[in-house]
Amino acid sequence: MDFVMPDFRLAAPELFVAAMSLVILMVTSFAKSRARSAAFWLCEFTLLAAVFLTLFSGTVDRAQTFSGMYISDLLGGFLKAVVCLSVAVVLQYGRAYMADRKIDSPEYYILVLFAALGMMVLISASHFVSIYLGLELMSLALYALVAIDRDNPRSTEAGMKYFVLGALASGLLLYGMSMLYGATGSLQIHEISQRIYERSANDMVVVFGLVFVLVGIAFKLGVVPFHMWVPDVYHGAPTAVTLLVSSAPKIAAFAMAFRILVLGLFDLAEQWQMMLMLLAVGSIVLGNLAAVAQTNIKRMLAYSGISHMGFMLLGLMSGVVKGEGGTYAVNAYSSAMFYAVAYVMMTLAAFGMVILLSRAGFEAENVDDFKGLNQRSPWFAGMMLIVMFSMAGIPFFVGFFAKLSVLQAVVAAGNVSGQALYYWLAGLAVLMSAVGAYYYLRVVKVMYFDDAVDTSPLTATLGTRTLLSANALSIAAVGLLPNWLMQICAFTLLH
Amino acid sequence: MLSLSHVLTLSSLLFAISVVGIFLNRKNLIILLMSIELMLLAVNMNFIAYSTFHADRAGQLFVFFILTVAAAEAAIGLAILVAMFRNTRTIHVDDLDGLKG
Repeated sequence: MDFVMPDFRLAAPELFVAAMSLVILMVTSFAKSRARSAAFWLCEFTLLAAVFLTLFSGTVDRAQTFSGMYISDLLGGFLKAVVCLSVAVVLQYGRAYMADRKIDSPEYYILVLFAALGMMVLISASHFVSIYLGLELMSLALYALVAIDRDNPRSTEAGMKYFVLGALASGLLLYGMSMLYGATGSLQIHEISQRIYERSANDMVVVFGLVFVLVGIAFKLGVVPFHMWVPDVYHGAPTAVTLLVSSAPKIAAFAMAFRILVLGLFDLAEQWQMMLMLLAVGSIVLGNLAAVAQTNIKRMLAYSGISHMGFMLLGLMSGVVKGEGGTYAVNAYSSAMFYAVAYVMMTLAAFGMVILLSRAGFEAENVDDFKGLNQRSPWFAGMMLIVMFSMAGIPFFVGFFAKLSVLQAVVAAGNVSGQALYYWLAGLAVLMSAVGAYYYLRVVKVMYFDDAVDTSPLTATLGTRTLLSANALSIAAVGLLPNWLMQICAFTLLH
Repeated sequence: MLSLSHVLTLSSLLFAISVVGIFLNRKNLIILLMSIELMLLAVNMNFIAYSTFHADRAGQLFVFFILTVAAAEAAIGLAILVAMFRNTRTIHVDDLDGLKG
């Protein structure tokens, strides 16, 4: 095998972020007094420059480099831009929060940047080695971030739980990868797909491998029955880190699931479709029912996140009918992708509001802390209203169109296959969304109809206020004009 | 003569021991970390066996990456464990119950 010089230009965004993270590491070790703000601004610059690089350096046609380990396509470019943008927003929201608790050491910013790099590698990976490396770079940085408030027992406990379950998930994923490698003799996703198509692989070993890989993916997405870590980690981590864990990694996990299942193991679609269906139904039911019982808003949003991920999987699984894809498949995958992007917009704004109400020495983490927000700040009560309405799926916010497009995809799969099962699935999803509306509207109720217990003014900086308002308003704006985002999703999937 | 299935049986046994170690162990977090390492080693054995079977070097190459990442993972796990011990003065699995609701 001859050595071929890889085409570095295709991987420009990742290489840029990797180089910049090392530069920031050096700068912050020498800049003594200004290290924190230098790290913050350099990270923001890096992430925004990476957004530009992904949007303008990428090729329209699918291209591979690094011996088929890295794939450059529109899907990856779009998702990477979303990831970088959302991590940049996370840093801005969390800056004052971390500074108030004296845990905004430069390492915090560098770890966030490494996590973002891991997600970018994961999104563009088309080989098991690069998938594993991207996943671990993301996860290892996140474990450390969750435990970054190291004098707080809750934070370290959450870090430990996340670490143990995350490492278990990586182990299961790797075991599955080793079986797929054993059955097909290749680690490259397209070659694996080719060999399974030619039936030159041992079927039983492939199915075993698929099960383990799927369990690993489900752990990372946090869907039932592999959701145990989600509420504890969201609750125990500093809210600025919860914001990160709940947003961008879901996009990366969606990309991983799409590349492995749809691009790699499409010929096993009948098997994984059934498994995804069970995962999705379990998540939607348990996530919504458990969220009703929560008084802590971080745990409530955690369970709501589980149900949202269930919805996303529902979109992903309806792209296949009886093991065959069709024209409706693009609609199904783009509905799942639209759902993931919409969820990230909503979760950023929701946890951004939790951060907005917190201040030095006070954590706003109970639903009761939102009491009477309308009296304290009518504007931000309105913003929270938009976010909660959107998460509940009330028309004309982005969450409504996300749910609608997933349900359309499920019904379309039902029409094509003629199986009543799909209609039952759609009905169950609608019913559970109605249950979900209860706990979202409870937050709205305490904001508008209860008296404020805590009347201290909000302390957030102008930058955070502006960005949070823009975030919430964009949920409403995309809800009014959802078509362009839907078309971007469909367009990037087709190429 | 050692065949592929012998090696695969051994690695699946190691894997099963590590999974049981994670789920049944209620005592000590360090045993949990050891189980995680054992799990990665079982995977490595699988990769090497298949790599020899297919006469393809990619599997052995993957093993080096897994070993490297496993070392980083152990470092982070032990660091979190030390931070947790300083807060709670315990490393019992059953004492990880501060977050409930």
